Amino acid sequence: MSLVTETTARPVEGFRVTRSRRNVVWTGAGALIVVVVLALFPYIVYSGTTAIMVQAFIVLTMASMWNLLAGYAGLVSVGQQAFVGLGAYFVLILAINGTSPFAALPVAAIGSGVAALPLWWLVSRLRSGYFAIATWVLAATVMLIIEKFSSIGGGTGMPLPGFAGFDPTLLTAYTYWAGLAVTVVALLAIYLLLRGRLGLVLTAIRDDEVAARSSGARVGLARMLVFVVAGVGCGAAGGLLAISQLQVQPGAVFSIQWTAEMAFVTIIGGLGTIEGPILGTIVYMVLQQTLSSYNAWYLIILGLVAIFMALFARRGLWGLVDARLNLRLFPVGYWLRLDK
Amino acid sequence: MSWVNAIIQGVLVGGLYALFACGLSLMFGVMKVVNLAHGDLAVVAGYVAIGVITVTHIPVLWSFLIVVPVMAVLGYVLQRTILQGALDRSVLATLMVTFGLSVVIENGLLQFFTANTRGIGTGLALVTGSFSIGQIQIGYLPVAIFVTAVVVLLGLQYFLSATRYGRLIRAVADDKEAAQLAGADYRHVFGIAAAVAFGTVALGGIAYGMYAQLAPTTGTDTILLFAFAAVVIGGLGSLWGTLLGGVVLGVAQQIGAQISISDETLAGFIVFLAVLALRPQGLISRGAQS
Amino acid sequence: MSGPPNGERPERGTPLVEVHDLVVHHGQLRALDGISFRVFPGEVYAIIGANGAGKSTLLRTIAGLHSPTSGSVLFDGTDVTGLRPERRARQGIAMVPEGRRLFGSLSVEENLQVGAAFAREGPWTIERVYETFDWMRARRNQSAAQLSGGEQQTVAIGRALLANPRVLLLDELSLGLAPVVVQRIYGMLPQILAAGLTVLLVEQDVSQALRVASHIHCLLEGRTTLEGTPASVSADQVEAAYFGLAGAAPSSAAPEGSEP
Repeated sequence: MSLVTETTARPVEGFRVTRSRRNVVWTGAGALIVVVVLALFPYIVYSGTTAIMVQAFIVLTMASMWNLLAGYAGLVSVGQQAFVGLGAYFVLILAINGTSPFAALPVAAIGSGVAALPLWWLVSRLRSGYFAIATWVLAATVMLIIEKFSSIGGGTGMPLPGFAGFDPTLLTAYTYWAGLAVTVVALLAIYLLLRGRLGLVLTAIRDDEVAARSSGARVGLARMLVFVVAGVGCGAAGGLLAISQLQVQPGAVFSIQWTAEMAFVTIIGGLGTIEGPILGTIVYMVLQQTLSSYNAWYLIILGLVAIFMALFARRGLWGLVDARLNLRLFPVGYWLRLDK
Repeated sequence: MSWVNAIIQGVLVGGLYALFACGLSLMFGVMKVVNLAHGDLAVVAGYVAIGVITVTHIPVLWSFLIVVPVMAVLGYVLQRTILQGALDRSVLATLMVTFGLSVVIENGLLQFFTANTRGIGTGLALVTGSFSIGQIQIGYLPVAIFVTAVVVLLGLQYFLSATRYGRLIRAVADDKEAAQLAGADYRHVFGIAAAVAFGTVALGGIAYGMYAQLAPTTGTDTILLFAFAAVVIGGLGSLWGTLLGGVVLGVAQQIGAQISISDETLAGFIVFLAVLALRPQGLISRGAQS
Repeated sequence: MSGPPNGERPERGTPLVEVHDLVVHHGQLRALDGISFRVFPGEVYAIIGANGAGKSTLLRTIAGLHSPTSGSVLFDGTDVTGLRPERRARQGIAMVPEGRRLFGSLSVEENLQVGAAFAREGPWTIERVYETFDWMRARRNQSAAQLSGGEQQTVAIGRALLANPRVLLLDELSLGLAPVVVQRIYGMLPQILAAGLTVLLVEQDVSQALRVASHIHCLLEGRTTLEGTPASVSADQVEAAYFGLAGAAPSSAAPEGSEP
């Protein structure tokens, strides 16, 4: 009698592979409604609220990019402030030369993406921990180089031209809509990227890099693409920052604080899911508004919570929701449905 | 002459950078942890030294004897608790925990001590005095720091090569499972390595407070990034490489300062990037490290 | 060593190593499915089986590098299932891991010194290791990474012996080594084991295992297919058990030494 008989073979005949458990149409419609409502904000809320929303858009965009890097591509970067700063300075440079800052925004984003290429070449060979610090050094270097040019403000910075004569209420509204547009485009881009081939490659790398390589996945290329996309996204956020603050100061736009915010927001909200940064940003904004006068404190609290969650709640807040409800607002994975 | 002076200053400050770098390199070599709070811990040591001196009025140099061991113990405890916890989870967890620590420490220092800079032992003859060789003025302090760095590195080398725990540290770094099979508790060994790293960085931090000024953000702006640059330039995994890397970095910075006073830091980073681009394994490479 | 012809074991007191209904998983894969056996002091107990049969997993679980899903590991009567590997090592379980796993950046002598770092009292010293393996003394300061496979295997054995263990676990000594080298290493074993050291070894090379073992235990896909002494089992039985062919002993056979 052979022992190799008891294979647990329940033949699986009827099954389907689908994208989402629930009907995607509903979540898509819901998202559209949310975006439309948000777009109407300048008409219905005070300008103080829209200013806060712009901050939220900036943080959400940056956090989504950091999430893409760390949660999907396994690249932990503490130097993304380099791209935030570059985006701000691209807008500044273009505005000085006569372009409307709003028109400059997409150019700045793309410019940041292009700048990501040589930076990637410099740091891509380093192992993850050293990769992280190297990105930080890169950011510091970029800032020091930019500070040498007094025509764009040198070490002290300068105000952003191009809005002379602009009606303040209109400016606030346009800034808000720019922020909304950047965020929607960013989230949509990430969603579509992850749904496609890139998403599969990244998941494969995340699970087992050696296996992924040997099955033909272009690991280096995938990571570089993600790095560039994150550069574009953070650059857009930086351009938004310049527009919303109406000035560009190197110490402010290249501050490590941006990385701290994007990283902590992502960890708290949930790394590795698109919904995570959204939830994290909401928590962050609430926290910031509550402690608005205690600048250093909310970073301290944020840092402590992030440490706690990195140790004890790896999937973040969204992970807790997801585990209970099996909910994906942005379906990028696959479900195996058995026909019973 | 000012160029010769610059080079000498650069070499001497390289010793300080080596003190910062060796702890970073040790922690990465042994437990594969890149401690993003490394520099901030040096600053903490400096602030604690200031506090101890202010409260107890002991001579400045005695503060080393108190603060360095305390920081070493702190290192052991931190490693056994949250760093080991993070290590058990993922690389990202270790980076986030140390990054979180860094942010918390810096903002905490900012809250309690403001952004003002502080120095240590500013009135001491050791700090202000200097001697001359020909037309070159050399401060006592930079020489003392350089000598200290060399002594520390020699001590470290002896510790790692000739003592039981040094061997265990190297063994655990090579293969921690095989070390377990030989009876070694690698968590304890990691703790010892962390204690050594924290001790050396505390030494560097207090020295830095005497050499320059300490501020809440010095830990990251200056110490961490310079320490890392020194490690990369010198070569990952090489102890004496950290000294060479520190010296090269220091010299590059001083030469940059000769060109333009605001280019000091930038010059150092550019040399770092050049090494990264052209010889990523560093000047002294010890086999495959990446 | 071949043991009594009818396969029975005379009562030898408490088993030194005992494994009860061990179930071990690798992620979702069930690597060991209810393994039980006993090893008595002085025995050379060989676990054989094809690749993936679960042999190394078994040894690693006994050493403590792997946690069982259920079941227990006993050492000299005490339940050590929850004990960390270094604690077990200090109590007298020494393992020569699969693939040698020497400390590459350490010299030969330093590797031995680490082996001796937490050693128990006993006859093995570094001097004695050098006397036993005469080539080692001259090359003791050489980096372990520069040795050949066979030389590394001997150093790994020496490193484990220096802990003066009560039971020596040998995981796939023959792996990656030329047959001549394997012969030589197995040839050395009796000399090393003279002092009554208990050995639990895992081996893919059945002929070598049969040559040195006092008892054999065959695994297939995580289950026991054969147990006995080399004298009490035939070549056909071993072959059938190894490959899982018709004629293999059913897994419900009572393990040696248990109550009838």
